[in-house]
Amino acid sequence: MATALHLDLAIIGSGPAGLAAAVKAKQLGIKDLVVFERNERPGGILPQCIHNGFGLQKFEEELTGPEYANRYMQMAAENYVDIELDTMVLEIDKNRTLTAVSEYRGLRTYQCKSIILAMGCRERPRGAIGIPGTRPAGVFTAGQAQRMVNIEGYMPGETAVIQGSGDVGMIMARRLTLEGAEVKAVTEIQPYTSGLIRNEVQCLHDFDIPLLLRHTVAEIHGDKRVEGVTVTEVDAGWNPVAGSEKFIECDTLLLSVGLIPENELSKMAGVILDPLTGGAYVNEFLETAVPGIFSCGNVLHVNDYVDEVSTEGEIAARGAQHHISGKLSGEKNLIAIEGDKTIGQIVPQAISGQRPVTFYIRVKRPMDKLTLRIGDVFEKKFAYARPGEMMRVRLPKKVFAELKSTVTRLNVSCEER
Amino acid sequence: MSNVQELICITCPKGCVTKVWKEKGDIKIEGKICKKGKGYIKQEYIEPKRMLTSTVVVERSAVKRLPVRTREAIPKKKLFVAMDQLCEIRVKPPVNVGDVIISNLLNTGIDVIASDDLW
Repeated sequence: MATALHLDLAIIGSGPAGLAAAVKAKQLGIKDLVVFERNERPGGILPQCIHNGFGLQKFEEELTGPEYANRYMQMAAENYVDIELDTMVLEIDKNRTLTAVSEYRGLRTYQCKSIILAMGCRERPRGAIGIPGTRPAGVFTAGQAQRMVNIEGYMPGETAVIQGSGDVGMIMARRLTLEGAEVKAVTEIQPYTSGLIRNEVQCLHDFDIPLLLRHTVAEIHGDKRVEGVTVTEVDAGWNPVAGSEKFIECDTLLLSVGLIPENELSKMAGVILDPLTGGAYVNEFLETAVPGIFSCGNVLHVNDYVDEVSTEGEIAARGAQHHISGKLSGEKNLIAIEGDKTIGQIVPQAISGQRPVTFYIRVKRPMDKLTLRIGDVFEKKFAYARPGEMMRVRLPKKVFAELKSTVTRLNVSCEER
Repeated sequence: MSNVQELICITCPKGCVTKVWKEKGDIKIEGKICKKGKGYIKQEYIEPKRMLTSTVVVERSAVKRLPVRTREAIPKKKLFVAMDQLCEIRVKPPVNVGDVIISNLLNTGIDVIASDDLW
């Protein structure tokens, strides 16, 4: 194999996290950087997200996915960001050696001073939730259907049931309806929708699409093509309620049952994952357990808003800059951050206490009039919290000033008043 | 009070539920709602508006669809008629993001613009 090429920074993925990281890194003076993108165009999932609602924080405008990607591509071009398209990163290791392959450059090895992981997430497929029944054509994940309709220009079917009320599922309910299909129901196993209220109103209520809470698809029917599904009510333990089965005729079933951070490469490098987020354990610079390797965006934890994804990319870029200049060399004496039973997930999972930090917190169940506490150093009141909406809490450096150096852990909890 | 509607505020994720009706020319809102939410609920009661996002057919390109959107929100009741009109549109490269694809859609005074470049 040829000798390794050297890079200050390798960014894996050119979606909203990777592009924002690249632009920020250039602005911070990191010249020697490459973004690796396996697709033929940059932007990640954004080109197929043609609906609006992107960019309210970053651009103070309501943009569509392609427009948001376009803005970042323009900034990348203005900052001379080098994006290697059609290039698949095959392997990274704990010494930050990266192996990538492309048709026109062949196999290449890079020795990187730092790496930013920005590979995004993948949809949970049918197999992951184990729906019984036959295996006919016509079962798609919501994102797959979104690609078919918005990029390829064809419809996955004429009558659909959507399992799961995730945002992509609800957005596809509207999209299919506008394109002339009939969406007969959206089923959600939880007693509340797992997406944003805005999507429930504008995608389901607007088109009189029934949302069946505490319901699930119990069986898929059909030989060659989906002919219908049996939906059933579930109890608090998600067990089917006997006698509640109902057959719904349809030719398509879409699944919007959750997203999983795509960490295959991270694992190769020895990055330690948090079972709650499915992403890496990180400190306030989004640096993983492997010094010099950072993680941001949906590969770190699944976000609700693209703007947050880009902001994380920027934080990781700043971390990489610190690492390259030797100001950050595997932070020691970290304080572990641990959520109690009210907390679904929290990022970062460890902090140094040396600088301000932004926490991203998801509660486990809907709560109203609550107080969030972080150890005994921070307390904030919220009118409400929803699992579908990540909370963002910024702690200034001064809150750590009184913290004793012997503190090794801070508990995070929410309590309704 | 036959004109009572139950409307959910979407200004923030809290999702406050309100009852809205008209009384002697005034719009009355029942239910706890913030100032920002009040404006949304009133507009939603008078005339709900939505931004329409869709795609149009591309000719003479390897790309099959061009994403488009209305520049601003249009009346909700016009969404399906607008979709019919978008079905008729054929575009060829080059198109730049922001280019007008349909001007003054259905006499709303609002243009349909390209959401992406097409080369």
